[in-house]
Amino acid sequence: MSNTMPTTWKRPPVVLKNPFWRRVFYLGVLVYLVLALQTVDVNWTRVYEGLERGWRFIEGFLLPDFTTRWTDIRAGLIESLTMTVTSTVAGVLVSVPIGIGAARNLAPAPVYLFCRSIITLSRSFQEVIIAILLVAMFGFGPFAGFLTLAFASIGFLSKLLAEDIEACDHNQIEAIRATGASWWQVVNYAVQPQVMPRLVGLSLYRMDINFRESAVIGIVGAGGIGATLNTAIDRYEYDSAGAILIIIIAIVLVVEYSSSHIRRWVQ
Amino acid sequence: MTQAQTQTGPTWQFRSGKQQLLRWAGWFWLVALTVFCWELMNRDTIWAFVADAPDQAADIGDRMFPPAWGYVNELWGPLWDTLNIATLGTIIGVVIAIPVAFLAASNTTPSRRFVRPVALLIIVTSRSINSLIWALLLVAIIGPGLLSGIVAIGLRSIGFVAKLLYEAIEEIDVRQVEAVRATGASGAQIIDYAVVPQILPAFWGISVFRWDINIRESTILGLVGAGGLGLQLQASLSTLAWNQVTMIFVVILITVVASEWVSARVRQAVL
Amino acid sequence: MLELKQLSKTYHTGDRALTDISFTVPAGQVVGLIGPSGAGKSTLIRCINRLVEPSGGSISLANTELTSLRGRALRKARRRIGMIFQEYALVERLTVMENVLSGRLGYVPVWRSFLRRFNGDDIALAFSLLEKVGLGEHHNKRADALSGGQRQRVGIARALEQNPELLLVDEPTASLDPKTSRQIMRLIQTVCRERNLPAIINIHDVMLAQQFSDRIIGLRAGEVVFDGKPEGLTDDVLTRIYGQEDWAQVRQDQSGTDTEKRSPAIDVAEGV
Repeated sequence: MSNTMPTTWKRPPVVLKNPFWRRVFYLGVLVYLVLALQTVDVNWTRVYEGLERGWRFIEGFLLPDFTTRWTDIRAGLIESLTMTVTSTVAGVLVSVPIGIGAARNLAPAPVYLFCRSIITLSRSFQEVIIAILLVAMFGFGPFAGFLTLAFASIGFLSKLLAEDIEACDHNQIEAIRATGASWWQVVNYAVQPQVMPRLVGLSLYRMDINFRESAVIGIVGAGGIGATLNTAIDRYEYDSAGAILIIIIAIVLVVEYSSSHIRRWVQ
Repeated sequence: MTQAQTQTGPTWQFRSGKQQLLRWAGWFWLVALTVFCWELMNRDTIWAFVADAPDQAADIGDRMFPPAWGYVNELWGPLWDTLNIATLGTIIGVVIAIPVAFLAASNTTPSRRFVRPVALLIIVTSRSINSLIWALLLVAIIGPGLLSGIVAIGLRSIGFVAKLLYEAIEEIDVRQVEAVRATGASGAQIIDYAVVPQILPAFWGISVFRWDINIRESTILGLVGAGGLGLQLQASLSTLAWNQVTMIFVVILITVVASEWVSARVRQAVL
Repeated sequence: MLELKQLSKTYHTGDRALTDISFTVPAGQVVGLIGPSGAGKSTLIRCINRLVEPSGGSISLANTELTSLRGRALRKARRRIGMIFQEYALVERLTVMENVLSGRLGYVPVWRSFLRRFNGDDIALAFSLLEKVGLGEHHNKRADALSGGQRQRVGIARALEQNPELLLVDEPTASLDPKTSRQIMRLIQTVCRERNLPAIINIHDVMLAQQFSDRIIGLRAGEVVFDGKPEGLTDDVLTRIYGQEDWAQVRQDQSGTDTEKRSPAIDVAEGV
């Protein structure tokens, strides 16, 4: 029986079933890669010299120096941590009304459009770009950083909060409305219980992001540990830089671990 | 919710006394912490500058508009560089992330005690450090240019992709794996026939998602010398050419929106 | 020939799943393994191809001792044993053909299986098996595009693609309707007859077990409480396996309710 059966089989292609277009696609990818790699012009002697510095950085990372620049590191850390807390709190406070306004099932059309455009504006730009503008307006220092992170948090939290409210169980809202409740009572009794645990979770997640970003916006002058790190690298003090990076990683780990703990506790 | 017996009969309370107290303590603590942080943070803030901000904003706004439309012709090159940094960086990151993810997933790792912690450490290190910081380091080590940007994006992507991928690997259907194992397949064959088909859609989704994020991040890497649009932004900022800055913002915005659209379409197609 | 001697399994949680199981399955015999949920049927089947590690006793297949095998030798032994799973366990995102060919994985080197370059004979066998189970035209479809009965047919083809010396079948009809269940059982019975292939079929449904097997082994709490001809399954024996129940009523209900998805015997068994 076997000898009448075909002895070859090829897996049919999943996408691009037409062999011509498949070849065109592969060729396109190849051409792109060649062109893209050509733009990367590498100064190999510079890279080779860099290897020694790279090795020193790895050494610095393995044998970090916490003490020499401790006052700078301490000041940077305090700025970063305080910025993280205040900007997260401010971000949550502002994003609750905006999030409610951006939920289609609760807000009238003009309010909805207004809130959605704030969210889009906040989400379109990188924190660093916002920080550049705010530093130019408010001067160097953590206050500009605070505003940057708060502004970025608003876009993030409002969008997710609005999506949550829109996904709320409609029956519960209707049931409360049927008792003759006002709009405020509907929000308080039907929506709040449903989204509250998620809001706590999202706020903690945003706090984690804010801390990580606070390490970056210092590079453009908005205060925090990023500024200290920038200085350390500029001075080629890789052991201090390694110490700062280790502190950042450790704090991110602690924040992540404790926030998953708190989230479980809230739910 | 509890009932308490008082002289006037049962009263209904939303929470018991102790819970109520705990709640208030929690809120009080949060407010106190915020105020404390606020004070600490603003010790050195010069409020005169802050009060001055509206004037500054008006001044900058004045200089930003109209944008220097003609400047766009000088941006095509940097834009091409930015796209290449994001794309090549994503490819490097993804290629390294795949083995890391398999080593980190508790159902595919060769050793839970020794290999898995190392893989998790790689993921955490890569994730905790922003690509701009990676770029800062790499520019100091191997010099300014596209290569630093590409490697920075690659290093940051490893953790992101590997974390999501290993979570996907841990969630696969074990019955399919068992069925392939029962045929006498070796470890590599089990991964090829039972694991990979299950995680492939997640893999493409994650990669394209990360590519989209990388486009955003690579627009600013030039600020520290790693090539692309950010280099131009730095130049315009240092000469206070705010109308050029506006033009760069417009280009960034269009690029980001376009890449988000592409990524959303691709993810829709694979999932 | 498969021979089990004093096979036991204790999970590391301390649960004793199997106690001193001994029996022999000669070539060509279809054994129906029945018993309530949790009696150890699944564990027993999986001990034979070592998907579950037995804690004591011996299992030998045509004079190969299976319990001591490791690595390559274990994989070589597994490829001699075909397995058909509850709810099919096909790799859903692969094509039907790849699923059937995966039965050859134990025979081909990794690079060949990676490039999907199987031997011509393997491919011809896969085509003829698909024809045999009535899925000749479906080889390029993705497995998740098939119906339940069709998927189980692919599962059977995959097991036969191994050219097995023994077939292990784990609840083949668990999520199928009564008519499809009977078709699948008949198909398994037919291929065993044709190849003189011994099989152990772990099955909830007492009526199906009686109808399609040469021998019944009844398991309760990890011990063999019945081993004999299907005709020997009297009400007394069933009570010994499943516990007290009005068996005459159950039999009557079952023959009357062919269209029902789950037969009453399953519910009875799970109620014990």
